Amino acid sequence: MRRALAVLVVALALPAAAGAQPGVGVKAKTGKGLYAGYCLSCHGVDGSGVISTSHPKGVLDLRGLGPPLRGVGAQAADFYLTTGYMPLADPHDQPRHTKSPFDKQEIAALVAYVASLGKGPKVPRPQPRLGDLSQGQSLFTEHCAGCHQIVAEGGYVTNAVAPPLHQATPVQIAEAVRIGPYLMPKFPVSQISDAQLNSIIAYVQWAKHPDDPGGWSIGRIGPVPEGLVAWLIGAAALVGCCLLIGRRFQR
Amino acid sequence: MIRAIVRYVDERSGTAPFLKRALRYVFPDHWSFLLGEVALYAFVILVGTGIYLTLFFEPSTAQTYYTGHYLPLRGHQMSVAYRSGVDLSFKVRAGLLMRQTHHWAADVFVAAIVLHMLRIFFTGAYRKPRDLTYYIGLTMLILALLEGYLGYSIVDDLLSGMGLAIGYSVLMSIPFVGGNLAMLLWGGPFPGTSAFESRMYIAHVFLFPILIATLLGLHLFLVAARHHTQFRESRRTTEKKVVGIPTFPGQAPRSLGLFFAVAAVLFLLGGLVQINPIWLWGPYHVAQGTNGAQPDWYLGWLIGALRLVPNFDVTIGHYTLVPNPFWGGALFPLVVFMLLYLAPSLERRFTGEYGFRNVLDRPRDAPWRTALGAALFTWVFVIFFAGASDRIFVSFGVSYEAQIWAFRVLAVVAPFVALLATYRLCLALQESDRLDRIRRRAEAEARGEMPQPE
Amino acid sequence: MSAFRKWAIAFGVLLLGRKKRQPRVVDRPRIVPPGEPDPRAEWLVLLLLLLAAAAAVGFIVVYSFNHLAHQTQYLGLALGLALAFVAVALIVVGKRLVVTEELEEDYSLPHSTAQEELQQLVDESGDRFTRKRLLLAGGTAAAGAIGAALVVPALSLGPLFDTGALYETPWRRGVRLVDEHGKPLLLDEIERETFYTAYAQGADKELLGAPVVVVRFEPSQLHLPAARRDWAPGGVVAYSKICTHAGCAIALFRKPTFPVVEPGPALICPCHYSTFDPTRAAKVIFGPAGRPLPQLPLAVDANGVLRAAGNFSGPVGPAWSGVRSKPPRNPS
Repeated sequence: MRRALAVLVVALALPAAAGAQPGVGVKAKTGKGLYAGYCLSCHGVDGSGVISTSHPKGVLDLRGLGPPLRGVGAQAADFYLTTGYMPLADPHDQPRHTKSPFDKQEIAALVAYVASLGKGPKVPRPQPRLGDLSQGQSLFTEHCAGCHQIVAEGGYVTNAVAPPLHQATPVQIAEAVRIGPYLMPKFPVSQISDAQLNSIIAYVQWAKHPDDPGGWSIGRIGPVPEGLVAWLIGAAALVGCCLLIGRRFQR
Repeated sequence: MIRAIVRYVDERSGTAPFLKRALRYVFPDHWSFLLGEVALYAFVILVGTGIYLTLFFEPSTAQTYYTGHYLPLRGHQMSVAYRSGVDLSFKVRAGLLMRQTHHWAADVFVAAIVLHMLRIFFTGAYRKPRDLTYYIGLTMLILALLEGYLGYSIVDDLLSGMGLAIGYSVLMSIPFVGGNLAMLLWGGPFPGTSAFESRMYIAHVFLFPILIATLLGLHLFLVAARHHTQFRESRRTTEKKVVGIPTFPGQAPRSLGLFFAVAAVLFLLGGLVQINPIWLWGPYHVAQGTNGAQPDWYLGWLIGALRLVPNFDVTIGHYTLVPNPFWGGALFPLVVFMLLYLAPSLERRFTGEYGFRNVLDRPRDAPWRTALGAALFTWVFVIFFAGASDRIFVSFGVSYEAQIWAFRVLAVVAPFVALLATYRLCLALQESDRLDRIRRRAEAEARGEMPQPE
Repeated sequence: MSAFRKWAIAFGVLLLGRKKRQPRVVDRPRIVPPGEPDPRAEWLVLLLLLLAAAAAVGFIVVYSFNHLAHQTQYLGLALGLALAFVAVALIVVGKRLVVTEELEEDYSLPHSTAQEELQQLVDESGDRFTRKRLLLAGGTAAAGAIGAALVVPALSLGPLFDTGALYETPWRRGVRLVDEHGKPLLLDEIERETFYTAYAQGADKELLGAPVVVVRFEPSQLHLPAARRDWAPGGVVAYSKICTHAGCAIALFRKPTFPVVEPGPALICPCHYSTFDPTRAAKVIFGPAGRPLPQLPLAVDANGVLRAAGNFSGPVGPAWSGVRSKPPRNPS
């Protein structure tokens, strides 16, 4: 019986699974239906995961690859969906911040569905107002700056990018710290308490609009843009002055 | 009134004849001859703003806690040096303007020296009798690179602290003696004794400026003593006669104007464009790091080299003969500067010209020199560009690993391509010049004029 | 007319009056050729100079504020503009108000006569010497030795001949691992899929040998060499946090969520991206580092606290000639 149901669900999703893009032509509105249309081909039936494309074969013809979602809870689903990390067209790509194809209700439905697949963490409710900016700076420097750069401008990690955090909401930051999405470490409460997390989020929020008393901030990543300005503005202006003052070739 | 001043000065120093000669001294006035002056004026601004900064900066690694207004650093432990840098930026009125102008001046100073050096090289101005002037200039370039590195390192922020660790590693990597030299300079293993900050400080505010100023004086004296070179642009310019504008009244307002222009650009940058916001980086700690750490632009060629060299140490049994950073951090700049220093003598050897040369070449008229110079420049530039590949990846998505491989290949191939392409370009330009001359001679003859001797 | 008005008018006439071209007393030919006046240029220069003055006054006014938003920008703009106006004024003077002459001068030739005379001067001065070479040798000995003597105090800068300190770390058997606040690390508190920074208890945190990065794996995931099988209690490993390439802190940790498609766990340095595999004794898998991170052997004491079971597997930090010759040791 269960197998027949699975076949039915997958058959509904076959048009999607056959195409490269997840979710082409899906008209479902329920969490389960959306899951079938957008997620099933990689995350498997009931979130059991697909860890090998060679097995199973046959009518299901699953071609995606994805980790199991049982027990990841609403926290992970909310994070990956609100950031647009998921759905991911190619499981070998790094998930990136994109515009989600879902609207708010659809995301809520999917989150509820994934949460139902097993007991897992809820969507966190951080309170950055209670955080301390100074403590946040030290914690961010110690745990996060190595990948995300000291003011969250993003950075390179071997074979991946640690994204800039300009668009991250406090909830997403809290979720990411606890989930460790993609290649990011997963920081437990014993390492970064909820109070410390509030401080980190307060710092990230501040880092989106620091004061910049020096003027045009040119990216806040230091010497690379500074060198560009020194040459393309400073040196260029002065060479221009030289051209104005001196003579040119008079052939 | 002028008469009174002149009489006063000449009665006490006897310099009126010298001044008359000096004020009527002739300078050819091509725009590219002003690039050296731009560097000179940037140096003046550096010294002026630098003196101001020394009145506030405290070069001490004693530990203190930040109690100022800048919230993210409240209560943080840091060195007194770093704290005085933050205070200069936030508490001292006009302090941030002076700090930023000083740093922009340093970046523009080295840029101007590089442009000036390129002009000297590609026009052959370094030939006898000006090769000594050229060696002095190259030495000043090296000193400027080190001076800048020291300057931003004394502030003890996270970014520059990481840079100091790298400098230490490059010194350590010198075969046989590296470890010894590093221990001597730092007073022990990194981060070294607290006296290391004092050493950097006194080198930056006194030793190097004195060295640079002395060499600068010698450099300018030699330029004046031998007269400036000139392009062959009219019948009158020859190896024997220099044609140009006298210092006074002609050049004086122009040069003075250029000085004010340099000062204006630097102060405008210093006030309007943020540079080295040390308060964002935080203080340096050995166990901390941030992504995207880079040295100032003029050391970008070294970080590129360090990243491109594949991972190997050269060992003989248990003896580590050549640690990895040596190739990119020490040997590469050594080779580049060695080639630059050897350029005048190599050129003499290969062209057989041992006499004085006062007339400049247009780059196209010396195809080998131009092509070889372009090749060397391309080699350095490709490696320099590779140094920013992580930011290129973050901003534009081009795979870092792919870039590293691409740049490794380009670093070998591109100089040869540049050599051949530039050589061909020079010959093509020479050809078009020749055709131009023929055409103009034909037109002059058609008009019934005497053809101009070339 | 009041005295004040008289003075004011006189002052105005003095400043604004045009100089009449007076015939010079001709006893010498002109040095600088004559040129036509350019009144419009003069007014332009005057305007620029007044603008420069105004901008400079603006600078002083902005400076006088105790606190002003964007003060640095206004200061820079004011001073920059003042200098820029003067620059433009001078350029106008140079191009339109001062005669541009084109003069000729001779390039100087080699002074063969003077050179020969100098040579002669030195030669003849040495006529009274009979043992020039011996004295020269003596002079060289004296200069060399005095030079060496003057340079020798530079040895006080640091230990030039003894690089033993490069082998020193504060770790030995029994030293506890503590976090940055001094709290000891408990084995049970170390979770997988994240990374921790720890220090040697009681040591200066700013020593290269002090910080370690601690990571936990399932024991089955670890592939350590046979000699290090018991260095990882519970699958917890510790490596020096200082990169063996150029000394930056290993501040990145890569943890795969889905190892089927994602790269494996790695400790990475942000300077040149040397990448080390913590499951394989920090072997270098990418980037320019020439040797793996030194590993710290760990043990757990009766209270569950993580302690070092010895010193690192090799000296910490960037390489020098002796980095592979001797094992690390403690300060004496």
